[in-house]
Amino acid sequence: MPPLDAKAKIALELNGEPVEVAFAPHKTLLEVLREDLGLTGTKHGCELGECGTCAVLVDARPVLSCLVLGLACAGRRVKTVEGMAEGGRLHPLQDAFAELGAAQCGYCTPAFLLAAGALLAENRRPTRDQIKQALAGNLCRCTGYIKIYEAVELAAARMRGEKAQPARETLYGYP
Amino acid sequence: MATRRKTAADRPPDRLTAAFRVVGKALRKVDATAKVVGATKFADDVALPRMLYAKLLRSPHPHARILGIDPSRAAALAGVKAVLTGKDLPIPFGILPVSQDEHALAPDKVRFVGDPVAAVAAVSEETASAALDLIHVTYEPLRPVTDATDAVTHPEPRIHDYGDGGNLHKLIDLEFGDVAEGFAAADLVREDLLFFEGSTHLPMEQHAAVADWSPDGKLTLWSSTQTPHYVHRALAKVLELSPAKIRVIATPNGGGFGGKSDPFSHEIVVAKLAMLTGRPVKITLTREEVFYCHRGRHPALMWVKTGVKRDGAITAMHFKSLLDGGGYGSYGVASTYYTGALQTVTYHVPRYKFQGARAFTNKPPCGPKRGHGTPQPRFALEVHLDKIAEQLGMDPAELRLKHLVPPNSLTANWLRIGSMGLGPCIRKVVAGSGWKEKFRKLPHGKGIGLACSSYITGAGLAIYWNPMPHSGVQLKCDRGGGVTVFCGSTEIGQGSDSILAVIVAEVLGVDPFDIAIVTGDTDLTPVDLGSYSSRVTLMTGNAAIQAAERARDIIARHAARKLELPAERLAFAERRVFDVENPARGLSFADAVQLAEAAEGTVGTVGSYTPPASPGRYRGAGVGPSPAYSYSACVAEVDVDPATGIVRVPRIFIAHDVGRSINAATVMGQIEGSVYMGLGEALMEEMAYRGNRNVVHKIPSLLEYKSPTTLEMCDVVTYVVEDPDPNGPFGAKECGQGPLLPVPPAVANAVYDAVGVRIDVVPITPEKVFKALRRKAKGEEPRFGPTAFPDIPWPDPTRVPPPWEGGDGKAVPLTPGASPGLDGARIPGHAPGVRDR
Ligand code: FES
Ligand code: FES
Repeated sequence: MPPLDAKAKIALELNGEPVEVAFAPHKTLLEVLREDLGLTGTKHGCELGECGTCAVLVDARPVLSCLVLGLACAGRRVKTVEGMAEGGRLHPLQDAFAELGAAQCGYCTPAFLLAAGALLAENRRPTRDQIKQALAGNLCRCTGYIKIYEAVELAAARMRGEKAQPARETLYGYP
Repeated sequence: MATRRKTAADRPPDRLTAAFRVVGKALRKVDATAKVVGATKFADDVALPRMLYAKLLRSPHPHARILGIDPSRAAALAGVKAVLTGKDLPIPFGILPVSQDEHALAPDKVRFVGDPVAAVAAVSEETASAALDLIHVTYEPLRPVTDATDAVTHPEPRIHDYGDGGNLHKLIDLEFGDVAEGFAAADLVREDLLFFEGSTHLPMEQHAAVADWSPDGKLTLWSSTQTPHYVHRALAKVLELSPAKIRVIATPNGGGFGGKSDPFSHEIVVAKLAMLTGRPVKITLTREEVFYCHRGRHPALMWVKTGVKRDGAITAMHFKSLLDGGGYGSYGVASTYYTGALQTVTYHVPRYKFQGARAFTNKPPCGPKRGHGTPQPRFALEVHLDKIAEQLGMDPAELRLKHLVPPNSLTANWLRIGSMGLGPCIRKVVAGSGWKEKFRKLPHGKGIGLACSSYITGAGLAIYWNPMPHSGVQLKCDRGGGVTVFCGSTEIGQGSDSILAVIVAEVLGVDPFDIAIVTGDTDLTPVDLGSYSSRVTLMTGNAAIQAAERARDIIARHAARKLELPAERLAFAERRVFDVENPARGLSFADAVQLAEAAEGTVGTVGSYTPPASPGRYRGAGVGPSPAYSYSACVAEVDVDPATGIVRVPRIFIAHDVGRSINAATVMGQIEGSVYMGLGEALMEEMAYRGNRNVVHKIPSLLEYKSPTTLEMCDVVTYVVEDPDPNGPFGAKECGQGPLLPVPPAVANAVYDAVGVRIDVVPITPEKVFKALRRKAKGEEPRFGPTAFPDIPWPDPTRVPPPWEGGDGKAVPLTPGASPGLDGARIPGHAPGVRDR
């Protein structure tokens, strides 16, 4: 058996590009992303699988990166928040989150964006309840989730090609 | 800058009524893009070359003397670079000058499970953790004090050797008029006992800090703190360094809610470890450790007695609170005063008595959580009023509307009310929720409840007494038309950076995104006291207005010369400076800045803000005064399952008087977020303890500390009411804390409407509802709640006649001939012996 601190090396597809990375084999994907790949956009709130803050996409499905070993991602497609904007343009979800203030402190935001992105990839027109279900594993302490739902709905409409604008009540409250 | 500081009253009245270009729009926050692309650098994202990792060894005992610590085996472990124990950091600290009772590492005694006793810096977190296991500590356990009532009945062994006797940290007795006379004049006198369980902030970001020590003797600390200025002061004190040699950088907080407002052990420890090792040192607390840092909502037992006339007019109120403070002082003295301060600012209370006590107990220290000390009494008061309304046969909304505190008035305890928009708030939620058709008319199991509240927009006094401004802003105009704003305020997600940008953009006529914001850095930014007490928009906003107006005056002077117009005729908008009477005639903002720079040199200004002096001049008058009070009204809908006691809240209607919305989108987010947190406290959040002495945190994890997920969160119908306050920037008041307050009592009142049982405790868990329903079925009192308030050795009261009884805001002698000198020492915000202003 190699010594515990001998580094393991894997190849994976990260945000659309092939990368190789060497790391101590006990490290979680969360740690590999943040410490060995320098992608600190992925956050953590517990490192015990309780908060959803560390979610990333592995093969297009949301996973808790604090519960996945880095080694288990060899040959997989991993997507983090850093890979969402393309060509200097925000993803419609990122744009809607920014527009509505769905990111307050922004700490939970990367995970919500990725989880919402996975939902919209499967369901172009989710209902409010389906959005709640899809995001039930992600905690946010700032927003009360409401701006997050509204941002997902706004982004979904725009991704369907609709010229959607936020409702007045969303931005200014009821008259 | 020695000129007289401008006050709100000096400004033209159009500040409150003008049409705005930027203020009040729903704008993206200036940092929104960084947050959605994952580029925001939080404290744990800071990584420096050769960085070491620190870990803290924490006490397994709730209360014990430390007989000895042997760190030698840990120090010898390969990869360990330094080990610290209490003797390395002997100087105490604490957020309040009157409670300097914490040590970075406990030197001789531990006071709660989780109290830090030793620290290690090592090449990796794993090595540091392994080293902790090698530190041998010998403890002599002492009897732990489990809760506030236990502290009252067990003065020994004492947790601290200071305070108001035994295990009582602080006792307060304030009397504004003769309440006995008021009760005698009432048609109905009612007493109630209620309990508000403690809860914690639970920011998604765990606290983290990185320290760097330069051989030239300079220390830099990056930390997820809401109060870099106070951390700066604490580091200077404990490390015995000149503040000029310390730079504190508050990284954007991944949520704070008050939980990152104290200087913490881990911040001091990494600083010391960096000094010892000459290498950068990082610490990131585990989620479990975040529960030990706590400083959350004080559990509060409350007794309230109110006399009312038949029409609901209050004749007198007497309020008692007993707070479970945990192991250290923290903000606790202020928290205790706050449990008695704001009862008077919503409905007219002509005579008022408040007795407050804070106990030391062997649990993580409590402190300021969103609403700081006021959600508990607000819960008590609003449930109590609901019961009074029922006894009087009055609609609870009508009762409240009839007796509102008038705007521009003084309260019995000498708080100065400015704008007061509670009436419109109540009418909004009553109309929107269909209150009149639903209250007491819904089928069994469905209910609707109403409650109101008010909150301060910043505290009138600083935490340590000083005559300097509470907020400073520096502003620099670039030749290209950009503007940089420097301010010590701390972005915790509430949008404070954007507020600065919007306000400066409004005054200078540029786009908010032309403005660079530099905040929360003690080397670069003028002092702002921090992101607490909902002070930031009002105080930094007023400072920013002053700085921007000064810059505008300089620029206008030179633009006016060029345009051959009087400067008063110039307007600043759309990145231009132009003639208001002939808008085509003008200059670009950048050209105008260049003219000014050519003539006068770099265009830079400063602005600052100091709150107005409070009219209250008695001992204890330092807590409660605020430049402006926000108001909220809330209606909650509930579904209660009588078979299980499970309470669901489908929808909450909330109306909030924000004075003036600076950024509409941010206001909405703050209100919704406050409702969310209030709902969590109403239904599920609690700091629960276990063990035979009930002092070990039940399960310090996100899974076991229940907080609302998307599945529990209710729909929110929000109404933004704008009743501009002359003290606020453009009239703005707070919105980040106040809307939390009415939610727990509105839910409790709705549960009663639904199933006819009073739950006089939050959180309102199914078990409590179920027990109350069982009692009701058996014909017993249909209630779940506390039954007794312990006897407390209250001090002699401080008697202060209310304004309408001819007082001058000062205390009067207790007995003829006694000295009137009751004001003075031991008020939060006052160094001992320093008298009120
Ligand atoms: S960090 Fe909390 S679930 Fe991974
Ligand atoms: S925005 Fe702060 S936790 Fe979600």
